[in-house]
Order: sequence, then structure tokens, then C-alpha cells
Amino acid sequence: MQIRRDVFQAIADPTRREIINLIAYQSLNLNAIAENFDVSRPAISQHIKVLTECGLIIIRKQGRERYCEASLQQLNEVSDWIERYRRLWDEQFEALDDVLEELKTKERKKKKRK
Amino acid sequence: MSKNKTTIVAEPGKQEAYIIREFEAPRELVYKAFTDPKLLPRWLGPCDMTTKIDVLEPGDGGRWRFIHTTKDGHEFGFHGVCHEATAPERLIRTFEFEGLPERGHVVLETAIFEALPGDRTKVTIQSVFRSVQDRDGMIMSGMEKGVVESHEKLDELLGNELN
Repeated sequence: MQIRRDVFQAIADPTRREIINLIAYQSLNLNAIAENFDVSRPAISQHIKVLTECGLIIIRKQGRERYCEASLQQLNEVSDWIERYRRLWDEQFEALDDVLEELKTKERKKKKRK
Repeated sequence: MSKNKTTIVAEPGKQEAYIIREFEAPRELVYKAFTDPKLLPRWLGPCDMTTKIDVLEPGDGGRWRFIHTTKDGHEFGFHGVCHEATAPERLIRTFEFEGLPERGHVVLETAIFEALPGDRTKVTIQSVFRSVQDRDGMIMSGMEKGVVESHEKLDELLGNELN
């Protein structure tokens, strides 16, 4: 539950979404990522920390450099949650379908009586 | 299973969500099913809970409060005020889940009932939240269901601790 909440909070921030877009196709080190933003390096570093903590970014060491790599399977959880919410409503609307069928039948009977 | 599918639109980073669904009934009836205190409890709320209408004042400015109860007796209250009830086309209301740790996470809901050919109706419910976090929290928890499940998990955990 906590992990999932973190993924949502992680992608709620526009800078963090941009970071994900940036490294989705190629791993970059922190400096290369920071160059793309106007905000300070420590701020970018903080965003990367959040993304790492919820598993959206994996840091890999190559020699002296630390590369950020996107790990996007986590994002599937977001659509899983939407799907669950959708099913919750689907369930209620199917019950509503039954109520509506009943109302339609009543209306038809009323019209016949007139 | 109905041929009418429910669509949820919740774009990342936005503080709104849409629930869209079509129904095989004229909009007067659909509107009635959304506003009649006798009909609402029959469909509103997850199927494993009972829904009770505590308050439902008709028309503009009317207060409303619903209570969902789980099988094991957990109660979840929701309340708000009806801003506009224009039969059979539009319902606008505020919505607040009472189970949150603090007050103020209110949602503005607008339901549009659109007449389609063949006595069908398209319902679009737009929910505007105070923040992206509020919206994601709501979708994420599957609303009250998530809360119940976490309560059940907590019960399980506590049970295990005691045994």
C-alpha cells in the first residue's frame, strides 16, 4: 500500500515526470539529468531520491559514475489502481442497470393502464 | 455483464477524474435513479456493503449524507451539499469522505445526463479534487473499499499478534 502511494506521489510532480521521460530510453548520470532543468542540482538529486525510493529509478554504478535507469514496471501499478476503481463503479452501474430495467417496466405498465 | 462499459479518465498530474457510462434507459429515469432516496441504496456503494441514506434533501442547497456499512459492521460516512439539481440534465454537489484523518478534502462533483438516440443516456461524472494527491488517494484506495481492506488487514495483523 505504502509503495503504491509513493508511486502516485512520485508521478504527481511534473519535474519528476520529466525526469522519468528523460531517462526512459537512455540511462543518464545525475549531472546530465540536472542540465535539462533550471532547478538546482540538490533539488534534482532530491527528486531522484524520491523516484529511487519508490522503485521508478534504479541507480547503477559504472566506474566512478552513477547512472540513473528507469524501471517502469512500477507504473503499471498505477493503471491497476485505476482499473480497480473502474471495476468498483462498473459493479455499481450494473446494479443500476437492473434498477433502470425495473423502472422501464413500471413505466410501460403505467402507459398501458392509461 | 452489461455491454455498456465504464470508462475512467484520470490523467497523471491532474486534479480531476471522469467516470463515463451509458445506460439503456431514458435520462429522466437515470436522473431519477441518481436522486430518489428509495432507489439510490439499491445500486450505490460496493456490492459487499449496504448503503443507507441518512439525509437527502431534494433540490438546490439540499444537504446529503450516505453511510456504507460493511458485513462486519464498519461504517463509512459521506456527506456534502447539492449545489444544483436540474432535472433531468445536471447534478452538481460537494462530496467529502468522513473517514479521512482530517476535514477539508472536499470534491466538487458534476454529473451530466445526456440523452442519446434510442432512449439511451450517457452519464459523465466529473470530480474535481483540491489537489492531485487527493485525487490519486481516492482512486488508489478504490475509495472506501481500500479503507475496508486496510482495516481488515489491520484486524488480521492484530489477530495474529494476539494469537
